[in-house]
Formats: sequence, C-alpha cells, structure tokens
Amino acid sequence: MILPDKQASLKNISDFILLGYEEETLLPLFGSYVKAGFPSPAEDYAEERISLLKFLSGNPTATFYVMLEGDSMIDFNLFEGDLLVIDRALEARSGDIILANLDNEFTVKMLEITENGARLVPGNSKYAPITVTKDLEILVWGVVRGIARRFRK
Amino acid sequence: MTSLFLHADINNCYASIFRIFMPHLNGKPLAVLSNNDGSIIARSQEAKDLGIIMGQPLFEAKPIIDKYGVKVLSSNYPLFHDMSTRFHHTLGTFSPNQEIYSIDEGFLDLGNFYNTDLNQYGCTIKKTVWQWLGLPICVGIAPTKTLAKLANRIAKKSTKAKGVLVLNTEAHIKAALNIIDVGDVWGIGRQYANKLRKFGVLTAWDLANVTDSFAKKELTIVGLRIVKELRGEACADLEIEPPAKKGICTSRSFGHPVTTLDLMQEAVATYMTRSAYKLRRQKSRCAQLSVFFETNPFNPNEPQYNNCKTIKLPVPTNSTLELVSYALLALKAIYRDGYKYKKAGVYLDDIRPATAMQGNIFDTIDRGKHLDLMLAMDKLTGKMGSGVIKLASEGTDKSWKMKQDYGTKCYTTRMEDILVVR
Repeated sequence: MILPDKQASLKNISDFILLGYEEETLLPLFGSYVKAGFPSPAEDYAEERISLLKFLSGNPTATFYVMLEGDSMIDFNLFEGDLLVIDRALEARSGDIILANLDNEFTVKMLEITENGARLVPGNSKYAPITVTKDLEILVWGVVRGIARRFRK
Repeated sequence: MTSLFLHADINNCYASIFRIFMPHLNGKPLAVLSNNDGSIIARSQEAKDLGIIMGQPLFEAKPIIDKYGVKVLSSNYPLFHDMSTRFHHTLGTFSPNQEIYSIDEGFLDLGNFYNTDLNQYGCTIKKTVWQWLGLPICVGIAPTKTLAKLANRIAKKSTKAKGVLVLNTEAHIKAALNIIDVGDVWGIGRQYANKLRKFGVLTAWDLANVTDSFAKKELTIVGLRIVKELRGEACADLEIEPPAKKGICTSRSFGHPVTTLDLMQEAVATYMTRSAYKLRRQKSRCAQLSVFFETNPFNPNEPQYNNCKTIKLPVPTNSTLELVSYALLALKAIYRDGYKYKKAGVYLDDIRPATAMQGNIFDTIDRGKHLDLMLAMDKLTGKMGSGVIKLASEGTDKSWKMKQDYGTKCYTTRMEDILVVR
C-alpha cells in the first residue's frame, strides 16, 4: 500500500488506488513468458553477421573516425566526405596514410620514410610535401586503416 | 609475499581527454567545469601550476583565468565515458582480473607475474594506453591494492620513476612509506589523519608500524585492514562486479530557475527516468522513492522553500512508468507556486535484487508487459544514447537543463560531431 508520510497527505493517492480497483486485478506473471511453436532447426548454427566495423578496424578500442575535407588527397583516391577509419594501435610505416598532428593541427598525408628522413606527402600536386625537421613537431596521431564512402545517403 | 596488484590511472583525466581531439590545447592551461559550469573540477598541469584550485567556483578563478588566458571547457560526459571505457578495455587486455575502480582508475590482479620484469611490464601498459588512446597514465605495482595506489602516487610525482613504480621489496616499500604523509594513504580521511598525528603517526611508515590493537581501537576494523595492506598483507581482492548500490540519487541544479509545475514535472520525470535506468542496470528494484527540491539559499532576499516527499511503493519495482507516476504524485503533493526553484532530485532506496520479489494481491500492473517495454527502452538507450526514447512527461522544453556555455563535441559517440580534417 502507499503510505504517505506523516504530514502532507497525498490528495491523489485515494483516486489512484480507486482507479486500480476499477480495473481488473491481475496477478503478474513476473515477466516470464513461454515460447510456443517449433524450435528453429537453424538455431544451433547461428553465426555472427558480417560487420563492416570488423572489416575496417583491427582493434575497436583503438579505432577512431574522422571525416576528410578538401582536395589534398585526391591522387590517393581519398575525397571530401570520406570517412577515415583510424587504428591507433598500428605502427606507422612508410607508405601509410596517416593522420598527423603538425604543430598542434591535424592533417592527413602519406608518410614517406627514406634514408634522407621522413616526409608528409599530399595526394595533390597543388600542395607541397612537408619534410620532418627538428624544428617542426610532427606526431603520428594514427594510421588510416581504411575508408568508408557512401554513394547515396 | 604472494599477491601482486597493479594500479593505473589517467593523469589529469578530463583535460587529457580534451587534448586528444583538440591538440591546440597541448601545453596550454586548461580548466574543466562541473555540471552547470559552476566550479572547476579538473585542471591540466599548467592550470594547476598557475594556482587554480580543485573545486574552486568559476567566478573566483576568473581573475587568474583572464590574466593567463586559461582555456575553460564544460564537462563532456559522453566523451569522458567513451574514452574511459576504452581505457579500461585497454587495461583489460593485460589481465583478465580487472577492477574498474572509477572513471579514470583501475586495478589489475597480476597474481603470479613474479618472473616478469615488472617495471618493463608497467612501461608497456603505459606505452600502449598512450599509443592506442593518446592518454597519459601512471602505473604503480605492489603486493597490495593500497601499496599499488601509493606506488602510483609516487610515480606521478617523481621524475626518476617516469610514471611507473614497482614496490616489491621490503627496502623499497619502507623507503616509499617514509615519504608519504599519513593523510595521503588511501582510505585515511582528514579526520583520521588529524587524530593519528596527535599520536605521533605522521607518515605511512608510522602507520604501518602501529599495533593491531591500536589500529582497531582508533581506526576500526577498516583501518586495521589499511594498516595490514601497508605492511604488504593483501586484505582486499579486486571488486570485479561492483557492489549494487543501496540508494540511487539523481539530482541537478537547474541552468535557469524553475517557476512552474510543468517544468518541475519535466525535470523530475527526467531524473527519475535516469535513476530507473541505473536501477535496472544493476538488476535491482526499489520499494521507496523520494522527491526533493530547493530554492537558492544563496539568494536570501527571495522567498525560500525546500521540501522532500517520500513514498513507499506497494510492490518493489524498476519500471520507469511506475516510478515516474509515483514521483509526479509526490511532487504535486509538496509543490508550491511562487518560488524560484534552483535544484530538484529523486532518490530511490530500500533497494532489493530484481529476482526475489514478493507479489501483492492488489497489484494491478502487468509486470510482464512493463518488463518487455523497459528492456526495449534500455536497448534503444544503449544503442542510440540517452534521450532517444522517453516518456511524454519528460517533456521537450528542458529550459531547466544543465548550463553548458563552454561545450565541446562528442567526437567518438555522435556521427555529426566527428573531427573534420584536411
């Protein structure tokens, strides 16, 4: 029963209980239900459905998404609006597309490592490659493992 | 010594999380605000160095903030929660025996790792969290949880430790305990610390060397356990399943004062929805609920009215529908017009496990149907975020909602908020 506290009495409580009595009083079944019909012969063979996330990312805990903007990566077939799947667990290698932190700003480039040092190479001749020097701080934020692109929304 | 624990926590957690996605904040002083932007609850190292104090009200810190250009941001709990989950997952890849202690702290039971180079192991964990998530952490490893936490504390301060400290020999443990103030021992609060100082117990080492009967008499059985843990005798195992809460409270200050019953009902319904969700998450029901509210006590010129109403429920429940309808009944009974309300909340108690339940022959509620509905609601909430499905009584106005003047994006949980890069 509802026990209103000592002082303020609940005006609506009596209405509330009365309402309850007007309806049919049912004993609850404690949420249990019985499955009827035939068991599925396929049930023992259930497999997990194919997941795009699993395909694109090796390590979901270390995976982040960013959206590409601009035309600086078109020669690598990366276009504005592409969803870049970044797996931070990957060690960056020469030839990887990476998200870099260049003087505390984000940029997407191809990482090129040669005997002469490292460069960040854009995928568009309009822009110049950036050579890694002592004065220019470049951090690899993560390696782009794959992309997702939609043709229709 | 047979046991071995690892304690890891994120340095300047909230500030560090923001910096992953906003690298221009690197090296700059940063302060993070509480709900409603009231006070400072997290600071970057640079902000700490400027003298900004934990818990300081924003207006009080304003002179320093303006003078040094301290960046100020509102809390972003969806982002914090996601990054915290990733942090604990990453730790969990190192040992299956894991305790999630708080949003930014966790323990691992390293059990029989004695043949491993423990310092190396701690460094690997630190390096992995940094690479995967961009979060700086510190690591302490020791024979008990209390000592591991203490090792971490030293690892954070000492430049020599480089963020990882192993205490597994008696000499090392003694040296460490000697430099820790008794008030900084995990579980020793300010009052106990003051009391202990009067007995000449000043350091953790002093505390480790009191007699058992002294510890029991002055600090109760809980204190004795701390003393034993300091001596290297493990008394606490990992809490792998967090204990079910005995009371669940959701209360918030309003962004703007609330002056109508309609808005108050929206707020109470929303808080109750949140509490009921928490209740189901821990697989419990409650048999009693309270609704409370208050005006702003810091505005003494305005009329003041605070009240609280408690209702015992006929049948213990965790159904949002039921709990909200009772909460609104309670609210209506005590609500008065003519006041500017500052804060409201709901509190659930008399909490029992959801499995054992005594029925009531006057029960008119189809509990099976409620259960199905709640399962569906929780699924949607889990999948698409809180607020995606709600009761009509939660309303759509929400003008009472949290003030967040320095908001940031939910970079990892909302598609429309992800980083855009060139």
